[in-house]
Amino acid sequence: MKPSTDSLVLYTLHLADNALMLGQRNAEWTGHGPVLEQDIAISNIALDLIGQARNFYQYAAKQINLSTDQSINPAVTEDSLAYLRNEHDFMNCLLVELPKGDWAVTVLRQFFFSTYQFYFYGQLINSKDSTLSAVAEKSLKEVTYHLRWSAEWVVRLGDGTMESQQRISNALNDLWPYTAELTTLADYEEALLKERIAVDLNSIQPLWRNKIDEILATATLPTPKNLETRTGGKQGKHTNQLAIILKEMQYLQRTHPGAIW
Amino acid sequence: MVKDPIIDKQQVLSLLEQVADPEVPVLSVIDLGIVRDVKLNNDEVEIIITPTYSGCPAMDVIGMEIKMLLLEHGFKKITVSNVLSPAWTTDWMSESGKEKLKAYGIAPPNPTRPVCDIGLFTEAEAVQCPHCQSYITKLVSQFGSTACKALYKCNDCLEPFDYFKCH
Repeated sequence: MKPSTDSLVLYTLHLADNALMLGQRNAEWTGHGPVLEQDIAISNIALDLIGQARNFYQYAAKQINLSTDQSINPAVTEDSLAYLRNEHDFMNCLLVELPKGDWAVTVLRQFFFSTYQFYFYGQLINSKDSTLSAVAEKSLKEVTYHLRWSAEWVVRLGDGTMESQQRISNALNDLWPYTAELTTLADYEEALLKERIAVDLNSIQPLWRNKIDEILATATLPTPKNLETRTGGKQGKHTNQLAIILKEMQYLQRTHPGAIW
Repeated sequence: MVKDPIIDKQQVLSLLEQVADPEVPVLSVIDLGIVRDVKLNNDEVEIIITPTYSGCPAMDVIGMEIKMLLLEHGFKKITVSNVLSPAWTTDWMSESGKEKLKAYGIAPPNPTRPVCDIGLFTEAEAVQCPHCQSYITKLVSQFGSTACKALYKCNDCLEPFDYFKCH
């Protein structure tokens, strides 16, 4: 499959990849959660994210198939986009591909990401692209639950025991450098801003930051300062963690092409 | 055996009452409010459905069951289309659906909707225990055995129960 250069395709894939990778990382907890209720909670969040990813992949596949000749190129599907692309074709933010870590890393990352998705979908609803707008409308309701759940966990751990506070402080220092990318515009987003299809992340950034500051303060955690930012995922430049998770995720389709349930 | 063809939209809708949600089998797709429209053209029919949650795994099964049922009733070309907007809400659940849920042991969504907001540690309004009817109940988790349910516990009869949460 030749990588697309069309801005709308890249944007749709970026949104799909973000949701898919975090959904997969969260699903690694299924059957391993700290208690049954929270195992179910994180698995439900994983399912919502994978559902959102499917909606975006289906739309990306439709766009790609409309612009290519299927007598030469086989039709692209939501599955081929998830299971047969290489890591440099993935456009997700670095934050979502990092290993799940301990519970503190998982809930803090979810909180950073859900806060971003909450404000992001809230604006994507106004997109001139009716499909993106519809997916946003559907997803926003789900993300509201994710944001509330993850913020409660950040407070619980930050304002909890000595150990929980130590763990979430470590998670905060480890994850913070990756958060800037959530609200950094990629070139394909800049291109779609004029057509009022993409969300202007510059307007999301202060909303995101206010919510983060509010919850970290409630959790008695200081906001990190002077940490170098890490970006590149939205342009296909990833940490080595993405290749590792894709190898596991894509193994079956690569080894037995076309295998179905 | 192929039955007499159906031409009336209302008849198609009543047929669809036979299609159950595989995860909450007391509810039909009509009770759930996920059938948004039916378009008829001779022996062609399009059923427009909307998912409850983005990742709801029941949607694929429901689509298949709708096709099988309508094939049995003489339709040749059946399309099941998914629409996302307007987004599904528990407001679309039928009153009889709510009654059936309660009889099945799942608390139905409250009529005045405490839809999830982002306020922390807030308790939604009281949810009635479907077993002993007490309102002295406690939220255990916003996330339950399926995407559409939350987990509650009754402080009177001490039974845990599912609540079909407002959405």
